[in-house]
Amino acid sequence: MDRATYDVVVVGGGAAGLRAAIAAAEANPAASIAIVSKVYPMRSHTVSAEGGTAAVLRDYDSFDLHCFDTIKGSDYLADQDAVEFFVSKCPEEIVQLEHWGCPWSRDPDGRVSQRAFGGMSVKRTVFAADKVGFHILHALFQTTMKFDNIHRLDEFFVTDLIREGNAAAGVTALDMRGGELVRITSKAVVLATGGCGRIYEFTTNGFIKTGDGMALAYRAGVALKDMEFVQFHPTALPGTGILITEAARGEGGYLINKDGERFLKRYVPEKMELGPRDILSRSIMSEIREGRAFDGPYGHYIGLDLRHLGEGTINTKLPMVRELAEKYVGIDPVNELIPVRPGQHYIMGGVATNARGETSVPGLYAVGETACVSINGANRLGSNSLSECLVFGTSTGRAVAEYVRKKDWPSGAAAKEAVLAEEARIYDGFLKRERGSETVAGVRKEMQQLMERDVGIYRTEAGLREACARLVSLRERFAGIGIADKERVFNTELTTVLELDYMLEVATAIAHSALGREESRGAHSRTDFPKRDDARFLNHTLAFRADGAPRIEYLPVTITRWQPAARVY
Amino acid sequence: MAEREVVFRVHRYRPESDRGPTYQDYRVPIRDDTVVLDALNHIKDTLDPTLTFRWSCRMGICGSCGMNVNGTPVLTCGVFVKDLRGGVVTVDPMANFPVLKDLVVEFDDFMRKLQGVKPFLIRKEDAPLSAGEYRQTPEQVEAYRQQSMCINCMLCYSACPVYSRTDHFLGPAASAIAYRYIKDSRDEGADERLGRISTKTGIWECTFVGECSVVCPKDVDPAAAIQSLKVLASMRHMRRILMPKSASR
Repeated sequence: MDRATYDVVVVGGGAAGLRAAIAAAEANPAASIAIVSKVYPMRSHTVSAEGGTAAVLRDYDSFDLHCFDTIKGSDYLADQDAVEFFVSKCPEEIVQLEHWGCPWSRDPDGRVSQRAFGGMSVKRTVFAADKVGFHILHALFQTTMKFDNIHRLDEFFVTDLIREGNAAAGVTALDMRGGELVRITSKAVVLATGGCGRIYEFTTNGFIKTGDGMALAYRAGVALKDMEFVQFHPTALPGTGILITEAARGEGGYLINKDGERFLKRYVPEKMELGPRDILSRSIMSEIREGRAFDGPYGHYIGLDLRHLGEGTINTKLPMVRELAEKYVGIDPVNELIPVRPGQHYIMGGVATNARGETSVPGLYAVGETACVSINGANRLGSNSLSECLVFGTSTGRAVAEYVRKKDWPSGAAAKEAVLAEEARIYDGFLKRERGSETVAGVRKEMQQLMERDVGIYRTEAGLREACARLVSLRERFAGIGIADKERVFNTELTTVLELDYMLEVATAIAHSALGREESRGAHSRTDFPKRDDARFLNHTLAFRADGAPRIEYLPVTITRWQPAARVY
Repeated sequence: MAEREVVFRVHRYRPESDRGPTYQDYRVPIRDDTVVLDALNHIKDTLDPTLTFRWSCRMGICGSCGMNVNGTPVLTCGVFVKDLRGGVVTVDPMANFPVLKDLVVEFDDFMRKLQGVKPFLIRKEDAPLSAGEYRQTPEQVEAYRQQSMCINCMLCYSACPVYSRTDHFLGPAASAIAYRYIKDSRDEGADERLGRISTKTGIWECTFVGECSVVCPKDVDPAAAIQSLKVLASMRHMRRILMPKSASR
């Protein structure tokens, strides 16, 4: 059935998708924009971002310094032209959000406050206490309600892209409440579905972060770029994986081992707790390996010490940290250490795009964590990702608004075929399948444990080969998953199977990309190749979907003004 | 950690096969740090994959997993089973909304009401971005901070006895968000918003039971916001009677 036709379909309603939708709606008021999301937009995972969003706003800072910090943080894998563009656009996005009502924390003179963050040389991170993602998301979401040309399709689960000729021409989606498969035709599609953290067992990401947009683009023949670069955040709560923001260290918190020692002096003596995430996570793993960590019901951990900050600072700057620590581990950070350990948090890689969000498929765009421009290279600095969603959300929204102005409407023939094919695949293939030999939870858990063990913080050739092989067998077992719920309305068993399908695609791209990169750079740490190798690998990895293993190609990094140098903090 | 078994009595409603709602019991192993959402996920992953509910962040900020547990509206990711009284834990969908399936409710009514209060800054003239931010002191932020914390989880609507009778009542969360913008020093849309919400379908039916503020997981205090809105709306009304010429201000 035909749901509707729009100029632009934005898949995903987090910061990147909403910002793109607003930019497109402003740039082309005659265009109709649909935000198609598998959840109500205010449930999007942007909501969990805590610490802040970076921008050069003060005299003590400069664009060059923000560029350099970002490039050094990326271990010289970021494209420097993209970083320069990004850095130059961050300030106006902060002001724009402010004009849309975002309740940024303020200095006494009424200006927007800034705090310190890991890998940033100066106080550059704008914040709204420690609920920054929540406030950005709601400010953007509520602002979309101003626009008559922005429409929402809430709780529509996208199953495939529609192509006409080579160009994007809409999506097929499960209308979860209506219980039917629909086609949503459009002149252009923007993928903004966020990351894929649920591929891993221990992650800060919400349940909905299953790499949908990455897999959709990958299946359409677009390369996934730099997928081996997976960020592990140093401070997640053991057991649940709940994020404890880097702002806790930005405001002066310490990381402490069981001997009461600020152990980072052995690893990043200049930066200490404000070192970049990749190095801090490895430092914590070293402490654990060498027996200097605490032991708890969920394994080893180290302590995050905020006691010296005092109750006042904790309440005004870090209220959510206190709330989470009290609620989920029953400790009050005013008096006690918070137990933390590294957990999967973000993926630097994603759908290969340029700074306008364009992919290799005409009319198909990607933005935010789903995309890889690349500004994050081998390691993203904390507080650059929300800014990335805003800056590239705007540039992508404007680019797509321009594209649909010139583009003719698709005929719809391809859409009709696509919906029939998807009905056969999903309703006949998945839903009518008798009880299988496998369950979605069982196969998912094995994938998560496999990725955690073999494609985690440390990697080896043997482990990666094992992971690649076992992902093939998991794909075979996936075919044996039975679905007990036969109803079409709000069938979350069916959607979790489709999500697992997406995650297996993305996990395969990650494992093969990691196997190919025989060096250690940023978050990709090969114990068999412990050094960075610029001669062979000052390149982006491009993974293309193929029969069997993905095809891996390499693309040189764009260097403008900052020559690769040793990365020492 | 020691485990014990607890019976969960869960509301089931399958729209394509059930004629009405039923309850189903599940025995779930519980530890001291098991939250109700963990128990539901245990059921879904190992006992009954057809059980249907929403969740995502499991850290009390996305607002997806609101349900009535033992009759009280809560975020299930934030309620520890060990803290619940009685031998059986009863899980129902939030009250006062149409049930789509099992524990999933539909609240498009709230989404329309939210849009109705114009939940965005209204300015007579937007300053250009090049002029920089609108200045706002920490005290001015504090004036609306509490109501800006609403996560739209709908627990307050589930608890509201007035909304259960009269669904045209604007309700707690939408009122709190209206108040949040009215109290924002950058906003100039108070008159417009008060005009909209002081109609018959607006805020007047609130009898200040206060259940909304009791169940709010983010201390937004919508009950107080509604009372303040009533005062502001009354003052606006008086002003329009006494000073009709300035009423548009």
